[in-house]
Amino acid sequence: MFRYTLKRLGWAIVTLWAVITITFLLMHSIPGNPFAKEGTMPEAVYNNLQHYYNLDKPLVVQYGLYLKQLAQFDFGPSLKSKTITVNDYIVNGFPVSLHLGMQALVIAIAFGLIFGVIASLNRNRWPDYVSMVLSIIGISVPSFILATFLINFVAVEWGLLPVATWSSWSHTVLPSVSLAMMPMAYIARLMRSSMLEVLGQDYINTARAKGIAKHMIIFKHAIRNAILPVVTVLGIITANLVTGSFIIEQIFGIPGMGEMFVKGIFNRDYPVILGSTIFYAAILIFLVFIVDIAYTFIDPRIKITGESK
Amino acid sequence: MMKNNEQLTKEMFQKVHDNFEHAEKINRPSVSYWADVWRRIKENKLAMLGLILIISLSILAIIGPYINGYSYYEQNFMEKNLKPNAEHWFGTDQLGRDIFTRVWYGARISLFIGVMAALIDFLVGIIYGGISGMASGRTDNIMMRIAEILYAIPYLLMVILLMVVMEQGLWTIILAMTLTGWIPMARLVRGQVLQMKEQEFVQASEALGAKTGWVLRKHMIPNTMGPILVNVTLTVPTAIFAEATLSFLGLGIPAPQASWGTMANDALDSILVGNFYQLFFPAILISLTMFAFNVFGDGLRDALDPKLRK
Repeated sequence: MFRYTLKRLGWAIVTLWAVITITFLLMHSIPGNPFAKEGTMPEAVYNNLQHYYNLDKPLVVQYGLYLKQLAQFDFGPSLKSKTITVNDYIVNGFPVSLHLGMQALVIAIAFGLIFGVIASLNRNRWPDYVSMVLSIIGISVPSFILATFLINFVAVEWGLLPVATWSSWSHTVLPSVSLAMMPMAYIARLMRSSMLEVLGQDYINTARAKGIAKHMIIFKHAIRNAILPVVTVLGIITANLVTGSFIIEQIFGIPGMGEMFVKGIFNRDYPVILGSTIFYAAILIFLVFIVDIAYTFIDPRIKITGESK
Repeated sequence: MMKNNEQLTKEMFQKVHDNFEHAEKINRPSVSYWADVWRRIKENKLAMLGLILIISLSILAIIGPYINGYSYYEQNFMEKNLKPNAEHWFGTDQLGRDIFTRVWYGARISLFIGVMAALIDFLVGIIYGGISGMASGRTDNIMMRIAEILYAIPYLLMVILLMVVMEQGLWTIILAMTLTGWIPMARLVRGQVLQMKEQEFVQASEALGAKTGWVLRKHMIPNTMGPILVNVTLTVPTAIFAEATLSFLGLGIPAPQASWGTMANDALDSILVGNFYQLFFPAILISLTMFAFNVFGDGLRDALDPKLRK
């Protein structure tokens, strides 16, 4: 168990290093120079700027310096703002994004599981059809479209809930729902097929034959076994939530990391793009690592010594 | 009795041999694997609806831009922000461009990106996964480790990053999507190949002296085609979704070209002034396309998987 954890951790670090290297090389392969278009800049000022941002050194040295910076959790300065560093952006934006992400994740998991279980227990009857229609809609409608529809109808036309900014709880409802819809649909479908498979197993029949109450069979035998595939995809779902949050934050004007990332893209603020990409990747790699480890605890049958097939 | 026996002639003994030949005869027409799959998917109404939608959307993407005589880039400031009417069936946008024409022009771009990305992922994935699975041992291990590391990078994050670095355009979008998009396919193909290698008919073929290329062409590829096709079908909506997201971030197709994503993005401001229809048409079409490919892919998977046969 300990060796397995260590091995997964090693892989997580290698992956993170690969992400850092790839993003660093990509950002520095862009032709041109961030200060070139500032027009008639005196030679000395230009040289100073180049020196300040370490742009006058060879790429290998810059890479080394950047790695050293990252090791101290310093993402460097922003090109567009003189006073705010990338760290400030992350410190300010991340709590908001985390709040939004957690809220969406809870909605997605809770409703996804409920819909999936209800659908599987009422196979080919109306609750099944309702759940599956909902989940097909969830998978087919991209989050930004759902968000704009919700803004147009729920907020603007019917005036039920406020949008824009991030001040009270009611402001968080629409963004969380738009973000949660796709992962919720995904979980519901997965849970339904997994439940159907488990319900057909012999041990369920045995439990039934023993006369165990139906709700006990469902909760103690069926759901506990059927939930395993859902746990494995939690990493992917979180990745979807993170990438989905760029757009949701942008649409709803939420001052989170996603909005900052999108702004960084619009402004071509390379340190911001580089820093937030690495930050996002680090979070995701960490989460996948946690899920991997958690999985071996939840399902003792998993062979931890064998290579993954 | 004896007398009767003497009357037996050779003609009385007819060979029944011929009847045995018929015993093995297959009376019903033989159903090939794909005909069987087709028969099963035909019974799945949702999947057929998806297929019909895919076909109609493709046809409209081809002929749609020519139907009402406007062009996708033609601006008319006298006729901007018109609601849907007899002249402009889906109305006009804030630059006075005909939305009906633009929507089908956008369908071309969106569908083209989706299908091309799926095809490239398919080709690269099948080659990489095939080599990795056939090679096994150290080569396989190294190839899969590389794929695993690349796969750990979030897909959309990578695509966004690449689009920031590269010049905007149709082919760069496709390139950005396929640069890491082939990995799930490669992993799937490798898994299938490893499974196939254990099968008796492959071992028999190898024992008879078949070369790797032959085994790959004649046994591996036809037998692994099912799950791979499902994956290809489900890659199309992923790519269309990614393209719409990119366009929404301003990293998509450059103007005056249009995709559904750029149209939805352009229309975002208009909903605040009540021109919701400008967003409505591209939004519905993206959703319909994703719906069609998803349900068709699901139906295909059910039809291909013999374990699910009921």
